Amino acid sequence: MAEIITKVTTYLSYPFVQYALIVGVLIALCSSLLGVTLVLKRFSFIGDGLSHVAFGAMAIAAVLKLTNNMPLVLVITIICAVLLLRTGQNTKIKGDASIAMISVGALALGYLLMHVFEPSNNLSGDVCSTLFGSTSILTLSQLDVWLCIILSIIVVAVFILFYNKIFAVTFDENFARATGTRAGLYNLLIAVVIAVIIVLAMNLVGSLLISALVIFPALSAMRIFKSFKSVTICSAVLSVVCSLAGILISVACETPVGSTIVAVDIIVFFVFMILGKILTFKK
Amino acid sequence: MAQLKCENLSLGYDGTEILSGLSFEVNRGDYLCIVGENGSGKTTLMKTILGLRQPLSGKVVFGDGLKKNSIGYLPQQTDVQKDFPASVWEIVLSGCQGGMGLRPFYNKEDKKLALENIEKMRLSDLKKRCYRELSGGQQQRVLLARALCATGDILLLDEPVAGLDPKVTAEMYEIISSLNRDYNTTIIMISHDIQAALRYAGKILHIGDRVFFGTKEEYLESEASQSFGKGGA
Ligand SMILES: Nc1ncnc2c1ncn2[C@@H]1O[C@H](COP(=O)(O)OP(=O)(O)OP(=O)(O)O)[C@@H](O)[C@H]1O
Ligand SMILES: [Mg+2]
Repeated sequence: MAEIITKVTTYLSYPFVQYALIVGVLIALCSSLLGVTLVLKRFSFIGDGLSHVAFGAMAIAAVLKLTNNMPLVLVITIICAVLLLRTGQNTKIKGDASIAMISVGALALGYLLMHVFEPSNNLSGDVCSTLFGSTSILTLSQLDVWLCIILSIIVVAVFILFYNKIFAVTFDENFARATGTRAGLYNLLIAVVIAVIIVLAMNLVGSLLISALVIFPALSAMRIFKSFKSVTICSAVLSVVCSLAGILISVACETPVGSTIVAVDIIVFFVFMILGKILTFKK
Repeated sequence: MAQLKCENLSLGYDGTEILSGLSFEVNRGDYLCIVGENGSGKTTLMKTILGLRQPLSGKVVFGDGLKKNSIGYLPQQTDVQKDFPASVWEIVLSGCQGGMGLRPFYNKEDKKLALENIEKMRLSDLKKRCYRELSGGQQQRVLLARALCATGDILLLDEPVAGLDPKVTAEMYEIISSLNRDYNTTIIMISHDIQAALRYAGKILHIGDRVFFGTKEEYLESEASQSFGKGGA
């Protein structure tokens, strides 16, 4: 035990570990905020869909040999998010089907592109790290960290400013629309924010595990808390704590960062589920 | 000038018409009841008035100072998912949203209004409770309180008493008609309960094979009531 603690404390003095912690906490915070909304709008899988889109976009960026792929990936992902959330409401192809279509489509095409053009020799390594997040979080540059901090601040600010409107639109879109709230606009806003979060979170856990980061804290919080505000606050706290724990454990035990965080999330979910059962039983 | 005027409306889905040539108007302080068989298009009509759907032809005109964001609405079924974590207070307060424009947070007046409406609907004890753990009748009152936050001008209610027991139903009707009486709120209500409609409403709109619009006295003498209304009387 003492060994592990000294190991962690030495690691903590390295700047790359500090960066990873800062970025990890920020991303966890952002991704949990909209989790509640997404779960309730039956869009749990949008994270997956969008992250596969981001994966496809990264493939394109790699083929084009762009050094900084962030802007391109961000733009493509935002466009897809807008399309997905817009078609999700009233159309014939339901939300989940269109997400599945876009998600597997982007994944297949992305991999195909990377394969055909072979931008690097270490293809399977690259693909694996985009999918599972691998160690890229430990190799962040200062620029990445700043970008992440700025985007996170924007996301959190937008969420707080539009919190009441997001609630109204999520709880009962028709009522909101009927009484003069511009529901379409806020859905669009939600879509854009989600896309930004997804692109951010890909660095942390990779595209396959993003949904976990988005929905687990929300689902855990919903086991126990009963109002929108308390669920939102609780899931933000849970998400931050879980990812901190996850990053520290992964540093100490040399496990992959993304999957460790998700594992912690899962454990917390079960704890909350049992707690929730006990609490309702007591009543 | 009428608060709400529907001119030659025709309604339908994907080009198939379910109602056509519908014209009527509603004045401030009216209590209008919309009746008709299942599937005759009552909910569709209400959604069209609210601007949630476009009519196939014809138009809906607001007058008498009525604005798009001062309409209260109680939906037939809320698409609210069973597991939505929201307290009564949060939901009622969200009714104020329409009038807020881009202002991000609720102010004192909004909160005061929400409190008043919670009291009006006798929900004070349930304020902190979780919406999904309330009974159907309590949920209905919460949604009515929310609708009242959106406006004191005009309320559109789609089967407000569906699924409520006789006692709560009577209470609900009492609440609605007191809003109409004491606060001069215009009520447009869809109901299958023709007895109640005849008791509380001033005007009746019957839609279906035969369309009727007029006062309830006229309605009782009309043909439309013969097939539908008096059946149970
Ligand atoms: N989204 C939709 N797409 C296509 N047709 C629809 C849709 N919603 C309703 N309809 C059809 O339009 C007609 C009118 O439906 P509406 O819901 O307005 O009836 P209603 O008068 O409110 O009935 P109820 O008394 O059962 O509530 C029905 O025949 C219904 O099948
Ligand atoms: Mg109906």
